[in-house]
Amino acid sequence: MSEGERLLEVRGLAVYYHGRRRGSVIKALDCIDLSLESGTAIGVVGESGSGKSTLAKAILGLAPIHSGSIKLAGKDITSLKQRSRRELSRILQVVFQDPSSSLNPYITVGTTIEEPLRVHGINNREELNQRIAKALDQVGLSPDVVNRYPGQFSGGQKQRIAIARALIINPQLIICDEVVSALDLSIQAQILNLLADLQKSFQLSYLFISHDIAVVRYISNQILVLYQGRVMESGTAAVVIKNPCHPYTRELIASSPITNPRAQRKQRDERQWERPSGGTSFTEEFNENGCPFAPRCQFAIDICTIERPPLKFTDDGGFTACHRYPEWQALQK
Amino acid sequence: MNKHSPTPVNPNANKVTTGTENAGMQNWSLGRVLLHKPLALICGGFLLLVILGAIFAPLVAPYPPNALDLQNALSGPTAHHLLGSDELGRDVLSRLLYGGRRVFPGVLEGVLTALILAVPIGILAGYFGGILDRLVGAITDALLSIPTIILVLVVIAIFPKNSHAAMITFGTLVSPGLIRIIRGETLPLKDADFVSAARVTGVSDLQIMIRHILPGVIRIVIVQGSFIAASALGYMVALGYLGLIASSGEAEWGQMVASAGALLNRQPWLLVPSGGLIGLIVLAFTLFGNALRDASAETIAATPGPVSRGSSPLERTAQPQGFSPGPSNKLLSLINLSVAFSSRSRDILAVDNISFDVNPSEIVGLVGESGAGKSITSLAILRLLPNAARIVNGQIMFDGRNITGMNDSEFDRLRGSSFGLVSQEPGTSLDPAFTVGSQLGELVHLHDGVNRKGSRSRCLDLLNQVRIRKPEQLLTMYPHEISGGMAQRVAIAMALAGRPKLLIADEPTSALDVTVQKEILALLRQLQLETKMSVLIVTHNFGAVADLCDRVIVLYAGQIFEEANVFELFDRPLNPYTKGLLLANPSNAQPGQPLPIIPGRIPSIGSWPTNCRFAERCPYAADECLAGPIPLLALESERKSRCIRVDDLRKEGIL
Repeated sequence: MSEGERLLEVRGLAVYYHGRRRGSVIKALDCIDLSLESGTAIGVVGESGSGKSTLAKAILGLAPIHSGSIKLAGKDITSLKQRSRRELSRILQVVFQDPSSSLNPYITVGTTIEEPLRVHGINNREELNQRIAKALDQVGLSPDVVNRYPGQFSGGQKQRIAIARALIINPQLIICDEVVSALDLSIQAQILNLLADLQKSFQLSYLFISHDIAVVRYISNQILVLYQGRVMESGTAAVVIKNPCHPYTRELIASSPITNPRAQRKQRDERQWERPSGGTSFTEEFNENGCPFAPRCQFAIDICTIERPPLKFTDDGGFTACHRYPEWQALQK
Repeated sequence: MNKHSPTPVNPNANKVTTGTENAGMQNWSLGRVLLHKPLALICGGFLLLVILGAIFAPLVAPYPPNALDLQNALSGPTAHHLLGSDELGRDVLSRLLYGGRRVFPGVLEGVLTALILAVPIGILAGYFGGILDRLVGAITDALLSIPTIILVLVVIAIFPKNSHAAMITFGTLVSPGLIRIIRGETLPLKDADFVSAARVTGVSDLQIMIRHILPGVIRIVIVQGSFIAASALGYMVALGYLGLIASSGEAEWGQMVASAGALLNRQPWLLVPSGGLIGLIVLAFTLFGNALRDASAETIAATPGPVSRGSSPLERTAQPQGFSPGPSNKLLSLINLSVAFSSRSRDILAVDNISFDVNPSEIVGLVGESGAGKSITSLAILRLLPNAARIVNGQIMFDGRNITGMNDSEFDRLRGSSFGLVSQEPGTSLDPAFTVGSQLGELVHLHDGVNRKGSRSRCLDLLNQVRIRKPEQLLTMYPHEISGGMAQRVAIAMALAGRPKLLIADEPTSALDVTVQKEILALLRQLQLETKMSVLIVTHNFGAVADLCDRVIVLYAGQIFEEANVFELFDRPLNPYTKGLLLANPSNAQPGQPLPIIPGRIPSIGSWPTNCRFAERCPYAADECLAGPIPLLALESERKSRCIRVDDLRKEGIL
């Protein structure tokens, strides 16, 4: 597939779960669109409960899809059976957040890494060993780790093993679900560099899910901001983060502390008047038909609570789901 | 940048080696368990001996089972009959050995039947859930309601003397309990990320169950199997005793017990070998199962870290002077504090000679990666160290008093009113069984000794203090009904109940979303301004440090690596480690450019080198860094840095 072609295309995706009360429905994802070009990375950001992990699960066939479609490399994969998933796994792989739980503690690292190959009928021991050694080398581990168990490795090393398992089949798209958030800062940087190197070497695409906007800014070309299962804003990562077009995006960015005491204190003092702190309310309830962010939004007006905002084009070439775009941007000054 | 040519430092940035690591018994094997558990070794050895004795009875038994020796009837232990003889002079030892040939096959049948039924059914029910699970649940419930002994007796009545039928029935009837256990073990496994990863790869359900689920449940199966074996043995003996599977006079354990019982008045000894052996075997099966269970629990809990035994013994590094307890206007002073974990053979340092102060009304940040010792330091201050850890050296002064020397009751009096603790997981600091009001009220009552009404108004004050909008409503709520951010506010209110002089916050925002983190940080700052308390915040998040702290202490591998005012630390770190950490932060990086990383990783507790502990990862390490322990150097404007090359590196413009 040549660069620039759409590798992944999600249209109107909705994932519903049954609520605790009888008959109630939790809309984990509601009408999500995204498209990912081959060789690029899209970052998905949002708070817990925003649906970002559900999006990954839906693409991986691990979540109940209510409506919408998912196309990967031109093929509709919305409701594939387990057997057809096997072919798909040549293209699509995943790395999870918690490296301790994503590796089976009872089987050796070698057995874990070779599993995708065995699934595709490669059982020749020599070839397996060769490819395991190559995958381990790509993630910066020495080949003698194959006979050890995951418990003998640190978090960063386990994450490298999980990446090696995803890489060994030469996929085109890797879904990275919070892959660095459980890691220490110095290890996080190593893994981010590794992912960036691998992307360059193999023309990999990433769907990169993270709550950390700095990480997403670093690794992604595109960004998708989710809140309560809906798209708030999407666009080019650097542009969106520099000039957010949705109040929620701005809130997310401004909440991430800057690692510079002067800049951070300046930012927080400037914003002190905006929202009296202590605003954590009991439940974030919102009108189904309105904007989910309206109860927390300082720019909300009547229409925001009763009418669902459509996705509008922004001046920067992205989309935002805000009734008050662009006038809120002028109001914040 | 000056290159130091003879640097024996691993420059390979991406290569990670694991040679030094020894994470204990990760691969669970019977052999290792036996080595670590003497009791299991004894029980297993005994069972093996008895079973081998039964198998090779014709070879090892001194007499045939039915050889009569009427002269020596009922002899008791003699040289001819080591365990005595019965009323017809038959050798008891030989009969026991031959009797095992009847009993053990029956036990095996019972256990195998249970396992063959329970393992696949339990895994299938747990894995697929849904209708299958409900069906299995209904059937197991029904089977569990049948009294096993009665059905076994019915089967024996239909198939007289048929121990196979009896034990297969037994196995079938005990399998429901095992099915439930295996199903319960399967449930968390089937949702584990490694199963998701396998599924994404296209591994079939059958393969997932065999390759991923089965290894996870096999341990519990072995353990339960040995309990079932004990019970099966009891059944075999009981059926033999009743004469249902053996004729009277046969070399069969139940029959031997029965005849010994009848002859109890004439030769009491006769009951000892048979009854004792049966008792011992049942005991051995049970203890063996228990030992296996304990061992497998330890395996799952084993992680690299304090339990791993490293190479460097407890040692003292040279410490620069200048940390003597001076005239104290400090609120908290740690003086040469060392904390060690005790293992079987020796102590392993986790915190090595740490000295720092917290001034009144000051917010101090204790930062570092995992394994740096930051949490252990804060726990040592509060005397909340885990059991294996203890303070091995140094003092903690609080408000002019040496709190390391206090006895527990003295310290308890001090703890509530002087310290407050806010921990990382807001959920775990609240008891799910009680309302917020009753938990907070209990603390208020403890500290203020006030009545219900006074306690309620103080609770509302505290909740107002942490900016909760409808405090009356919150008091009646249970912890699961409130959000993480709210729970952290309640935890802070609880910490404030005793009006502490020092609030210790251990990763107070790490589990929270950024928007909530911002609010909690703002709250901590406002509370500090209002109450003038000091705050010691333990964190790995430099953003939180930049937001909140006055002064920062950077820990690495149990030592202080740098200490400075927050502005100076971020403007100009004077230690290569601090500098490296700040640069590695993706928020400062250009997309497309590689992040400037620190290669390798923090040496684990117990394998700290004697030289600079960061040298292996430091791009500027030179011979002098590897020559010996590095002192913490005092620099200008009350800064400290543990880097002997700090002056060189400043001249070179690196720091």
